[in-house]
Amino acid sequence: MADLAFTLKPQARSEIGESRLLRFALIILAISFLTVVLLLPLIIVFSEALRKGAEVFFKAFTEPDTRAALRLTLLVAVIAVPFNMVFGVAASWAVTKFNFKGKSLLLTLIDLPFSISPVISGLVYVLLFGAQGWLGPWLKLHNIEIIFAVPGIVLATVFVTFPFVARELIPLMQAQGTAEEEAALTLGASGWHTFAHVTLPNIKWALLYGVLLCNARAMGEFGAVSVVSGHIRGLTTTLPLQIEILYNEYNFTAAFAVATLLAGLALFTLILKSLLEWRFADELAAANRP
Amino acid sequence: MALSSLFHAKAFRQPSVLPGFGLTLGFVVTALSLVVLLPLAALMLKAFSIGPAAFFAIATDARVLAALRLSFGAAFIAALVNAVFGLLVAWVLVRYDFPGKRIIDAVVDLPFALPTAVAGIALSAIYAPNGVIGALAGLFGLKLAYTPLGVVLALIFIGLPFVVRTVQPVLEEVERDIEEVSALLGASRLRTIFQVVLPNVYPALITGVALAFARGVGEYGSVIFIAGNIPRVSEIAPLLIVIKLEEFDYAGATVIATVMLLISFALLFIINALQAWQRKRFGNG
Repeated sequence: MADLAFTLKPQARSEIGESRLLRFALIILAISFLTVVLLLPLIIVFSEALRKGAEVFFKAFTEPDTRAALRLTLLVAVIAVPFNMVFGVAASWAVTKFNFKGKSLLLTLIDLPFSISPVISGLVYVLLFGAQGWLGPWLKLHNIEIIFAVPGIVLATVFVTFPFVARELIPLMQAQGTAEEEAALTLGASGWHTFAHVTLPNIKWALLYGVLLCNARAMGEFGAVSVVSGHIRGLTTTLPLQIEILYNEYNFTAAFAVATLLAGLALFTLILKSLLEWRFADELAAANRP
Repeated sequence: MALSSLFHAKAFRQPSVLPGFGLTLGFVVTALSLVVLLPLAALMLKAFSIGPAAFFAIATDARVLAALRLSFGAAFIAALVNAVFGLLVAWVLVRYDFPGKRIIDAVVDLPFALPTAVAGIALSAIYAPNGVIGALAGLFGLKLAYTPLGVVLALIFIGLPFVVRTVQPVLEEVERDIEEVSALLGASRLRTIFQVVLPNVYPALITGVALAFARGVGEYGSVIFIAGNIPRVSEIAPLLIVIKLEEFDYAGATVIATVMLLISFALLFIINALQAWQRKRFGNG
């Protein structure tokens, strides 16, 4: 009897599985592809940065322009990320807790920045606020600088990271429905109280997840920021733009050294994201979506 | 009856006891209008102000056409490569267990997290003639970086997670029972996979490939370092927009941007329609 079970089991498995050899070959193929295509670039960033030793590596960060770029990148993220967080929460509340006309149009419009090239995202602001733009003469009259200045960089960053938080929250809040909030209100809680003590605990991990992705993109955005920045060294260059400047000056080691900062941020984001997915998979409805 | 239907037509939203509708929707619509819609309207307005004859002349300029062809063509080839390897990676991650699987799964998201400029300089260091893979390809007389092939390589990097992350959850949902049935009815394993399992995944695969393609068409940061940017050969459309802007040729930049947006939106619309048709046909998705 035991003998029979022993012989039956592997056979039953093979009917809906692949042979060991094929399985092994497919796994090796997938891992090699991912290693060459995805992991190699990450490894190269660190190996190129450290190529000329630790001293040259650390010297890159004492450069005043690089420090200014780091400060600007942090400033832009500090403004753009909270704004998009508030926007994402408000959008998901309006879209998932109520039924109204034009909801699907609103959802499409929220997602719109994802399907627009970053360069075009920058271009639209140049056409609106630039010296030749629609509002250019008025802005000049009132001495307001947006393009080739920090406000333009912030706006372009807000544009490209606009949908991140909303996209993580909407599917989850849709699935959670409105019953818990209705119960809280019936029991006499105020609207804000209900949001803070009922809704927020339900969505906190998904919110963190969205903010994390939003921040990674905000600090790393290149195309849109490059168009509106004007590349004024020490004033309107963010870290990604500083990398481009150093690279184009053939200062490769310094370019890769600065790149390790952003690669480190990417690694940190990935690790935190993976931890969130493993621990709170059921509280992240959108965990498996791009 | 007439009165109630009139009332319905006027009711903008279904009644609800939850508060905050006016506040949140008001804020969302205001922010959306100021940050996204107004700037896009500026682009459309500029495009209209150019006039059809001038618009057409710029859009059919040889350099512009070459750039558009490269952006769309390279994105298409990269998306096809990602269709094959993305499906393979999703399959391996869903169906098999192996040591380090969680790490491999996390690595798939790297292109989402790694800033494009960082990816760009790293890719060009790898595929340049003196790079790790560039030197290897050089032995076979193949030049990767600073050619259209380099553009495709960068877009493969950027697009892969779109395919994997769209296919993966759908593949997880496929019932193993139907595979047993198929095997019991005498189908070979290969036939079961291609005619029973994968048809469930195709709508998701098409969506993932479309997302990768759309992203590839507009991609800038990861491409410009590896492309070499030779006009009419390896110059992508987004870069040409930047060049036109640097020359203060706002009309030129606007026309290229408008053409790119129109083609992208048309393709997304076709893909949506295709998917709706497939959902009807296969009854899933």
